Amino acid sequence: MTILTTVAPATRRIRSFVHQMRTPAGAIAAIGTVLLVGLAIFAPVLWGAEAAEVNVDVIARGPSAEHLLGTDSAGRDILLRTLVAARTSLMYGMLATLIGVTLGVIVGCLPSILPPWIGRLVTAVVNMLVAFPALLLILFLAVFFGQGATGAVFALGLAIVPNIARLCQTMTASVVGRDFVSAAKVLGVPRTAILFRHIIPSIADVIVVNATMAAASSLTAMAGLSFLGIGLQAPAYDWGRLLSEGLARMYVSPAAALTPAIAVTLAGIVLTMLGDTIGRAVGVTPVISMRKLAGLPTRSAKPEPDRGEAPHPEAVLSVRDLHVSFPALGKWVTPVRGVSFDIARGERVGIVGESGSGKSLTALAVAQLIEYPGRVEADAIVFDGVDYAGMSEREVTSHAADLGLKMSMVFQDPMSSLNPSLRVGPQVAETALLHGGGIRTQASNQATDRLAEVGIQNPKMRARQYPFQFSGGMRQRAMIAMGLMGTPKLIIADEPTTALDATVQRTVMQVLDRVAVEHGSAVMFISHDIALVTGFCERVLVMYHGEIVEDISSADLVEGSAVHPYTKALMASIPTLTTDRSRPMATVADFMKEDKA
Amino acid sequence: MKNMISSAPPDSPDAVAVSEGPLQVDVVAQPATKAANTNPWVSYLTRRLIRLVISVVVLVTAAYLMVRLLPGDPARLSLGPEATAEQIAVRRAELGLDASVVTQYFHFWENLFHGDLGKSYSTRLPVFDVITQRLPATLEISVMSIIVILLVGIPLGMAMGEATRGGRNRWLDAIFSSVTGFLTVAPVFVIAAISIYMFAISSPVFPVAGRSGPSSYVLPVLALSLSSTCALARIVRAETFNVLEADYVRTARAKRMRKARLFFHHVLPNLVTPTLTFAGLLFGGLIAGSVFVETVFAWPGMGPVVVGSITNRDYPLVQGIVLVYGVLILLINLVVDLLIAAFDPRSRITKL
Repeated sequence: MTILTTVAPATRRIRSFVHQMRTPAGAIAAIGTVLLVGLAIFAPVLWGAEAAEVNVDVIARGPSAEHLLGTDSAGRDILLRTLVAARTSLMYGMLATLIGVTLGVIVGCLPSILPPWIGRLVTAVVNMLVAFPALLLILFLAVFFGQGATGAVFALGLAIVPNIARLCQTMTASVVGRDFVSAAKVLGVPRTAILFRHIIPSIADVIVVNATMAAASSLTAMAGLSFLGIGLQAPAYDWGRLLSEGLARMYVSPAAALTPAIAVTLAGIVLTMLGDTIGRAVGVTPVISMRKLAGLPTRSAKPEPDRGEAPHPEAVLSVRDLHVSFPALGKWVTPVRGVSFDIARGERVGIVGESGSGKSLTALAVAQLIEYPGRVEADAIVFDGVDYAGMSEREVTSHAADLGLKMSMVFQDPMSSLNPSLRVGPQVAETALLHGGGIRTQASNQATDRLAEVGIQNPKMRARQYPFQFSGGMRQRAMIAMGLMGTPKLIIADEPTTALDATVQRTVMQVLDRVAVEHGSAVMFISHDIALVTGFCERVLVMYHGEIVEDISSADLVEGSAVHPYTKALMASIPTLTTDRSRPMATVADFMKEDKA
Repeated sequence: MKNMISSAPPDSPDAVAVSEGPLQVDVVAQPATKAANTNPWVSYLTRRLIRLVISVVVLVTAAYLMVRLLPGDPARLSLGPEATAEQIAVRRAELGLDASVVTQYFHFWENLFHGDLGKSYSTRLPVFDVITQRLPATLEISVMSIIVILLVGIPLGMAMGEATRGGRNRWLDAIFSSVTGFLTVAPVFVIAAISIYMFAISSPVFPVAGRSGPSSYVLPVLALSLSSTCALARIVRAETFNVLEADYVRTARAKRMRKARLFFHHVLPNLVTPTLTFAGLLFGGLIAGSVFVETVFAWPGMGPVVVGSITNRDYPLVQGIVLVYGVLILLINLVVDLLIAAFDPRSRITKL
């Protein structure tokens, strides 16, 4: 176990780097970095003498065969000088970065070692400095150091310190809050040891990525100071100096200014791309590469055994052979594979299954809410007499009022499903405003009524508040109220109670129940809580790996007459009062294994 | 940048959000009603202005200490190496250098209120006059650039966010990313040089030097705003992606509305805070950018003064510049924070 956890991340990281190097951006960054470093090392050795050679015969000439990009005011070759200047430009930029990042990490980690009150003081000072643009700091510092390369490098380096320190502080604070650091503290590990053993390794990745980005900006900033005449002093030269010398003769030979200008920009881009690449390699951002996708997903050729029949004419919702696919890591995955079911008018159907079994995607597909690049394919998705299967986005739009008023969605996680920037009342009222005639006062009165209906006290005042002023249970009830602005024939409730505690859960379920009864709505209730589903719904569909494996009445399911091994395992894994508590909690996988054996 | 002074949010969400069961509602809901009734703007503005005053005091003190901590005698520095001992003694008395440090510090404040920033070592002109004479030209191109950055960067970023989200229009995505990536990284002086080449040498459309007539503003403003515009467009695009993926946008789509309404009513308000926060940082950066732009285009603003003050080690001038630019940046931050507070109800109630 220990070996696995220490070795696996390293191999994964190497693989991740290799993967990034193969992307166009990664490849450019890698090749560019090698070229840049190669130039910095070898160019002065190869062409240093030649680039410094004064030749009075060819002063300020345009491009020629001998001097590809022309010569400067002392007859020196511009191309060679630009190439040779790679060393000074890169070196001073790197030096400034090194100074800045080292000091930044030290300052950033100080608060976690020093006594708390000094730590807070350091944090406050850093926060204040971050708000100040680097130029002011440089200006400030240049007075101490005077003009010249040393001063410029120190000034630039110190200008980086606040940003890196701030980053370290935020990162450290988040790491310190984590369990393993708390555990180490409880065990009495000294703070410095915690810092070096736990904190610095955890933030190293982020620091490296940001240091690379800082290097890119230091390089251009150093060139900028030299350009202004307060960086490198003659006879030394970098791209900034070359540019400022060239600018004066721009009309005679534009190349004299443009060549170093492009060089400094390219170097900056290469370093930025390098930072991006490292960031992607150490991060966990999934890469969706569309070009590598081999064709479109194909539905399984095998005919659906006994669900291949035509859509049910009486049902409020009739789904046949539904597939939902997404591109992921270079290939198509199909989390919903051939789902067919009917929901009768006024019927309550539960959909249960573990996370990732395709429950929510089925609901979103039914509601026509799967977005590009996701793909929905089905023989039929008939809702209230209209078949939405294969409809284009525009065709679906023409049925907007139908869908908006007759199908209501209650989403999971009330914390994120309400718009934080809009008041609750208008959000609830919006459906009526859009599809119910569009009279604002009428819609908002209706919204207030609906909020009262779902048990929100003082609805008029509450309607004027923002979601962040609501508790979780109230937000979920507001979501239900939102779904009630029309006369829903079908309420699709996607785990409406998952984020709530048990008491609030009961209230929300009561509201949902009352609403469904009053409006005669059918309910498609998605949950992983079997007890909740069997208590609320008449029929249960069990989903497993994107397919419906069992279609059973709630009564039969509770009785234990399920047929499919997964359903049986699911039921068996629910702990009861008679479960043997001395044994570890059984999982579905345990029961599935048992069943196979 | 937030939470600099006030640490704990005064009203945690839990304190405001109440009433679960129907019974306790009226009892607990009262504080929420009260909090909603006292104008949150008053306390927000008070806290924000206190923060501004503290920042100004810190800035002034730092600017004062900067010159005081320097090695060397200011009296000698201001008179040059050939001054006699008597001259220096007279000058010391003149500058009030014989008084205690505390007295001098208060004297510094007093002078500030009278608009007295001391005299430049190199030109012997009052620093205040130099700055007031030069600053307007810099502010002109800076304000114009801010307008360009906001008016171009925000709509461009939003449009690209909508057009390229979830892997749509990959070629457009590639073009946008590479062009703005290039221009974001390209330093201001490089963009200035290239724009001279393109619009003044290859095809002479705009004047390249000095301030004379409307057309002379084009290249300086272009050079000053281009990088920041691209950077802002990139940030706005990334934020647009985030918002479009948010659960509440899915909720809005379930209501079946036209795309324009979805975008302007549900997406746009959530872009305001991150966009303005980033824009505020960009505006601070314009001050640095203007130094380069003014050097390249011989613009009669603060740029040459800034460079000259460092080259000549003209301490009073540097001190004056740091003070004036510092206050400008604090004011920009204030305006940005107020705008955010106006658009985002959470920021004025829960945090500072």
